[in-house]
Amino acid sequence: MLNNAIEINNLTKSYAGFSLGPLNINVPMGCLVGYIGENGAGKSTTLKAILGLIHPDSGEIKIFGKNIKEHAPTLMNRIGVVFDTLNIPDEMKIKEVDKFCKLTFDTWEEVTFHHYVTRFNLQGEQKIKALSRGMKMKLSLSIALSHQAELLILDEATSGLDPVVRDEILDILLDFLQDETHTVLISSHILSDLEKAADYIAFLHNGKILFMEEKDMLVERYALCSLDHELIQNLNPDAIVGKRKHAFGQDLLVIRDLMPTCIEMSKPSIEDIMVYIIKGEENAEE
Amino acid sequence: MNIQISNASNDPIYLQIKNQIKSAIISGKLKPEEQLPSIRYLAKELRISVITTKRAYDELEIEGFVNSVQGKGSFVSMQNKELIREEQLRKVEASLLDAIKQAELAGLSIDDLKELLETLGGFEGVE
Repeated sequence: MLNNAIEINNLTKSYAGFSLGPLNINVPMGCLVGYIGENGAGKSTTLKAILGLIHPDSGEIKIFGKNIKEHAPTLMNRIGVVFDTLNIPDEMKIKEVDKFCKLTFDTWEEVTFHHYVTRFNLQGEQKIKALSRGMKMKLSLSIALSHQAELLILDEATSGLDPVVRDEILDILLDFLQDETHTVLISSHILSDLEKAADYIAFLHNGKILFMEEKDMLVERYALCSLDHELIQNLNPDAIVGKRKHAFGQDLLVIRDLMPTCIEMSKPSIEDIMVYIIKGEENAEE
Repeated sequence: MNIQISNASNDPIYLQIKNQIKSAIISGKLKPEEQLPSIRYLAKELRISVITTKRAYDELEIEGFVNSVQGKGSFVSMQNKELIREEQLRKVEASLLDAIKQAELAGLSIDDLKELLETLGGFEGVE
């Protein structure tokens, strides 16, 4: 876990009304990293830059230590990509995808592809346009895993899928990660069940990284609690990260170590942390 | 070996793993020189972070309960009888310190406590 699978240095990209960066992110090899943030925070732009699909205004991106600009063709064999849309002609049948991919990837493995197609119960005769969103996602993942990729990049791939499919996908990702040279980067506005197994969380907000930290450290540092308005007056103000006031009291995201131990607290989810921090920022601006 | 992770627990996940492996070693369920599951396998089965699992193993190694062999895995340490005794002793000390604190609140002296301890020891019987 010493090397980085992805290194992003001072990446910037501006569009009308939106600017990303300067971003600095390292994705350590062998890890599952969740890249989270609201819709429009710049997650997809970052991933497109990593894959060389857009040209950054400035900065440098290295994958496996190699500059993406100079080594894009060879690097693409080593990266499995799952986006929320499938870039395969609608009329194509699943069994034809095999031939299509053989032309695309130098390292294509027919046997592996058939293994995943069978595992996911995909029917060879079915046309792409007839597939449900879940099926398309499974096909896309089958492709990503069948060309000896060492790095998997998933962009909003599991959002909108049912819990049973997400559960299957988590198992596949964890199988993939049994090899310590393999790495997974998942972007999502909602990580849900995938967050359990995540090693790091990188949190993007308005085009900037708010933090990138070990997931379990985050969950240990913060805590949720519900208190009445008077009790809150007595708290160390530094302990409060974000709050939601309601008619009968307040729900708080707090820093666990700065709280009196007598107060009952619970572990937050990554989603809780994300919402309270963003809301906390908005309140501070008001 | 069984390991259960509770999300309701306030104990961090690495600590839950560490404590459960430790008690498996202390109780003899895990024997000296026995191999522990690999970090990645344990993380996958429990669906938890690899880094968190590694932290649990690292701490077990620092405390002398396991040995890691590069490229081979982690094994229960040989010389842990002394360690287990120390660990138990520390627990007894902690419980006694707690008892002393409680006794102070109740206005009991150390002599009162000694007496109480002897009485209780007499009832429970020393195994």
